[in-house]
Amino acid sequence: MRTARDMGLVGCTRCMRVAPLGTALCPRCGSILHSRDPMALQKVWAWWLLGLGCYIPANLYPMLETRTLVSTQSDTIVGGAVTLAQHGNWGVALIILVASVVIPVAKFLVLAGLAFGVWRGTRLSQARQHLLYEIVEYIGRWSMIDVFVVAILSSLVQLQALATITPGRASLFFALSVIFTMLSAQSFDSRMIWDSARPPDDQEDRQP
Amino acid sequence: MRQRAVCARCHTVLIAPRRKAGKQLISLALTVLILIVAAVLFPFLSIGAGGMHHDASILQAAFVFEGGLSVLAVAVLFFIVVIPALRLLLLIYVLAPIIRDRPPAPLARPAFRLSEALVPWSMAEIFAIGCAVALVKLSDLADVAFGPAAWMFAILVVLVVATDSLMCRYSIWASLDQ
Repeated sequence: MRTARDMGLVGCTRCMRVAPLGTALCPRCGSILHSRDPMALQKVWAWWLLGLGCYIPANLYPMLETRTLVSTQSDTIVGGAVTLAQHGNWGVALIILVASVVIPVAKFLVLAGLAFGVWRGTRLSQARQHLLYEIVEYIGRWSMIDVFVVAILSSLVQLQALATITPGRASLFFALSVIFTMLSAQSFDSRMIWDSARPPDDQEDRQP
Repeated sequence: MRQRAVCARCHTVLIAPRRKAGKQLISLALTVLILIVAAVLFPFLSIGAGGMHHDASILQAAFVFEGGLSVLAVAVLFFIVVIPALRLLLLIYVLAPIIRDRPPAPLARPAFRLSEALVPWSMAEIFAIGCAVALVKLSDLADVAFGPAAWMFAILVVLVVATDSLMCRYSIWASLDQ
């Protein structure tokens, strides 16, 4: 496949215009042009670490504090799901576990795997790596749903003595973790995936 | 002229011509802007349990994050109101001269670049799904009902998605390239 780089060109990732290699700014939209962003991996890892750093307190602090006539209860993300499961709400509990634990953890693993893969090489095919990257980039923003649910629940359930819900500290850390992982995924230069497997004959030789 | 360009690597459709999309885009964007203002002001959801009743609007939903969490109130407000509205304003600003065959507005290129950079941060549709999840969680415990703003928000989300899929980024950039 002939790429822009082979033809001495560099493409703008924002507006898709091509310019001669070595052009600093896109002549159309003014974005910074890189054939490959040399700082991409550093940015990915920096945001990734920040995201992971925020994800830990997001699981330790309470996400919601529920005050009813008889009791006050603060629930962490996992604790809340366990409570729901004990009340027989298996479906909702499962959705919460998948949305707030399985997907974020999978996101961290996949991003780390992709960054490691373009650095040290990987056995995954290019198509598979691209697919994984697109999934992570697409799914990233949807994790914010947890924070919105907390906001909606706490603004709605304000029934004085009967029941009130207030957001806990974990909501801030969770939101920060989502934002940082989104930035980490955006910093990843997916064109690096193409390089790791070039030239194609070379890669076939490496396979036993 | 029914040709389209497809990526040689992953077969995603890159360019498909859409005529007269500009005017439709502007009218959609204006509609969504009006709906955003209305959806923010009117009650969004209401709850009733044990004789008590409470209404909540989108603004209240954002401002539940108080004290140390108030940064989050600002962030939520940006994600579900300010950024979607800003994107549409920028789009109207960029498209208005183009559809009348005038030269692009000053700073139209940075404006459209900003609008495109904001796409992942515009989270109105995620908030809408969040409402559905919250309703499911509460449905066992209390009577929850949609307020007028919820319906506006539902229409708004559909229109935002329609705006994004109707927009041919390639031809907008091409018309800014003279």
